[in-house]
Amino acid sequence: MKNNKWIKILIPIVSVFIALLVASIIILIIGEGDLGQRFVFLGTAYSEMIRGAFGSSSALMNTIIKMTPLILTGLAVGFGFRAGVFNIGAEGQMTMGALAATIFAVNATQLPSFIAIPFTIIVGMLAGGIWAAIAGFLKAKTGAHEVITTIMLNWIAYNIANWAVTGPFNDGSGTPKSPEIAESAMLPNLLSSQATFLSFGIVIAIIAAIVIYFILYKTSMGYEVKAVGFNPYAAEYGGINVSKNIILTMAISGALAGLAGTLESIGLYYRFYGTLSSGKGFDGISIALIGQNNPIGIIFASLLIGGLRTGSNQMQFAGVPKHIVTIIQSIIIFLVAGERMVMTLLRLNKKKGVK
Amino acid sequence: MPFKIPDANEYDKYAVVMKGIVKKFPKVLANDNVDLYVKKGEIHAIVGENGAGKSTLMNQLYGLYNADSGTILIDGEAKDISNPRDAINVGIGMVHQHFMLVGPLTVAENIVLGNEPLVSSENKFLNSLARTADLFSLKKARKEVKRISDEYGLEVDVDAKIEDLPVGTQQRVEILKTLYRGAEILILDEPTAVLTPQETEELFVVLRNLQKAGKTVIFITHKLNEVISVSNNVTVMRLGKVTGRIPTNETSPKELANMMVGREVLLRVKKDVHMPKEVVLDVDELSVKDNRHLMAVDKISFKLRKGEILGIAGVAGNGQTELIESIAGLRKSESGKVTLKDVDITSSAPREIRELGLSHIAEDRFKYAMVKEFSVAYNIALGRHYRAPFASSGLLKGKDIDEISKKLIKQYDVRPQEIHIEGGSLSGGNQQKMVVAREIDYEPDCMLVAQPTRGLDIGAIEFIHKTMVELRDNDVGILLVSMELEEIFSLSDRIMVMYEGRFMGEVKPDEISLEEIGLMMAGSTLNEVRGISDEK
Repeated sequence: MKNNKWIKILIPIVSVFIALLVASIIILIIGEGDLGQRFVFLGTAYSEMIRGAFGSSSALMNTIIKMTPLILTGLAVGFGFRAGVFNIGAEGQMTMGALAATIFAVNATQLPSFIAIPFTIIVGMLAGGIWAAIAGFLKAKTGAHEVITTIMLNWIAYNIANWAVTGPFNDGSGTPKSPEIAESAMLPNLLSSQATFLSFGIVIAIIAAIVIYFILYKTSMGYEVKAVGFNPYAAEYGGINVSKNIILTMAISGALAGLAGTLESIGLYYRFYGTLSSGKGFDGISIALIGQNNPIGIIFASLLIGGLRTGSNQMQFAGVPKHIVTIIQSIIIFLVAGERMVMTLLRLNKKKGVK
Repeated sequence: MPFKIPDANEYDKYAVVMKGIVKKFPKVLANDNVDLYVKKGEIHAIVGENGAGKSTLMNQLYGLYNADSGTILIDGEAKDISNPRDAINVGIGMVHQHFMLVGPLTVAENIVLGNEPLVSSENKFLNSLARTADLFSLKKARKEVKRISDEYGLEVDVDAKIEDLPVGTQQRVEILKTLYRGAEILILDEPTAVLTPQETEELFVVLRNLQKAGKTVIFITHKLNEVISVSNNVTVMRLGKVTGRIPTNETSPKELANMMVGREVLLRVKKDVHMPKEVVLDVDELSVKDNRHLMAVDKISFKLRKGEILGIAGVAGNGQTELIESIAGLRKSESGKVTLKDVDITSSAPREIRELGLSHIAEDRFKYAMVKEFSVAYNIALGRHYRAPFASSGLLKGKDIDEISKKLIKQYDVRPQEIHIEGGSLSGGNQQKMVVAREIDYEPDCMLVAQPTRGLDIGAIEFIHKTMVELRDNDVGILLVSMELEEIFSLSDRIMVMYEGRFMGEVKPDEISLEEIGLMMAGSTLNEVRGISDEK
């Protein structure tokens, strides 16, 4: 099993290197001039990317802002995977969480911060959790597949949110957005640099990752979740209530996504735009894959993807199309998902076969 | 007249001759210089215990494995069969234990699959068009399948979907498939393991029809009564070698058993007399349905006492699985009542039942009894992962889990003695020991034990048998289900025979013969059996 753990860590790392290698070849091909000039171009591209992601305090803050929701949606999907449910509804749960949290936060004008903030977060997590639990309930009681139901629920959430911010929950401006939340419900800033502000959201996200890690590896509940994920029949035989665990897992998964949406609302935008998520819910699937469903791995995967995305803007200034980053991300996921390929490359397959 | 080993010049009268077959696997010598002689047009049985090398031998004949050395002669001619296609080309067909059928397709479609008839037309142009487009002709397929099924008396509805058909009919489709491909020699690997007794009878009729039509049939089994009722000649294998060849009408199940098992005829565990105590499990008129929503357990009643082993004998699929699952809380019952230690557990959840003192060695190790991705330690914790000594207030106690697991795998000799490896990486026997260790560590008052030794080697079987008798002597009530009659005989204090969801009668192991039990397993009541015996 120790050997196994190393492989689990090694696969994403090797995948990242291979992806960077492939991207390098592409950059070399699209570069101009002789080979020497092309290599200089390649060097600039990567150094600009690193500078853009980590080179200055505001760059670093932007990376952290990007990675915060990714950690949470990654945890949401990864936790679901552990119980054998494929929650691709993080998008919708994030939206519902953000909507509910914003409604609460807008009206929290009379509450002091130390009450308003935790309650806003709880409301957001509850909304996301309940939204996901619907799919969990349908799976446990009727066998309806969660991939279908969560996608459907995504659309319902999307339309509810749209209706809310254009209708009853519009700030009166006519553009689709909610009123600004009460000041007392705004997450305090951890750091600020020029026009960039970094809220406490990242701390909350990392705490969430640690809590999920603890649940998965140190509690009976985590044991049950994993048993259901690996083998529901054996779980039932061992006295584990499979239906209850599926619903519970979905609820926790949705609560994490709801938290992601909440933090965006109260820590970044201070209002709700209806379509806030821009695919972060789906990014959770990639993050969970790269992080191998391990909460700590998910933090690093989010850092990687968050950094790549922030860095890509800077890279574009150097004349390298930012789509290179999408290519890098896709290759990483491709390799992690097809871990056998990487294992063969590492010749670990044979070693493992010996036992 | 004993079985005559043919001379080389007589090989042309034999459909199959396999000479000097040797097949090694990394850890076992599966076939050790095996010779097999199957006459044209006979039904030839190959019998032996699990692991005797029967399936390996047949898989080589069908080209799924290639022999390390040895020759195969079909109709007297040496053939090189290196894959199933070669086998099909020389007229060999095989029906595996697990059917290779496509559920949503019809019978006709399944049978022609891989060799589909194409649309043809009188019109030359249309014909060539159809040929180019590879147009499948369902009409021809249906016609051809009907013709074959009529020819050999294998009735099937060619338009029925496979997934709607019972297992016995699916098997018939598999047989038709081999015939469609032109098989003259049919190999059936444990064909009756999945069949009900009626379906078995129907299969035997089919086999006799095939024989009449000139086909040669080889079938693998470890059920001796089947051998006697349908075959012409028997080859017995043990531990990779042939230990006997005999014409069926000159032998008996008893003699075959001796050849199968070896000199120490029956591996019987030493067992002293033990007085059973109070009733621990009371099953009253219990009825349970199977996955197909058919009544699998039909108003069964019995009482199990502490300190006794009650064996349930029967052919697989007569409701034993459903009975056990229902008692364990894994399957809903239709009616009736189950009482464990005076508590009604008829509709209790598995955890409540376990907490009351019932543990369960499940029939299907991979499906139920273990999580193969979990470590050995976690597998030992399964079922008690939420409470002392493995957890307290919702937190796992890692150290205690490790310590208890270490102690148990040492005590039960689970190898390798390593608790952090995946449970699935253990060998079958060691997995079973791990499960047994866990279920005994519950300190149950009552234990459901289903097929505890299936697929295990002799050493592990002996260990598990010994352990069960010790449990009995410590006043645990054990309900044992097994398809292995020997196991039932050597362990049980009382035997109940189950047939089609009902009990055919209760007997003591020393008051009944294997043959009589066999008749009961085929649906005769105890009185009927005794009546027949008296006339003799």
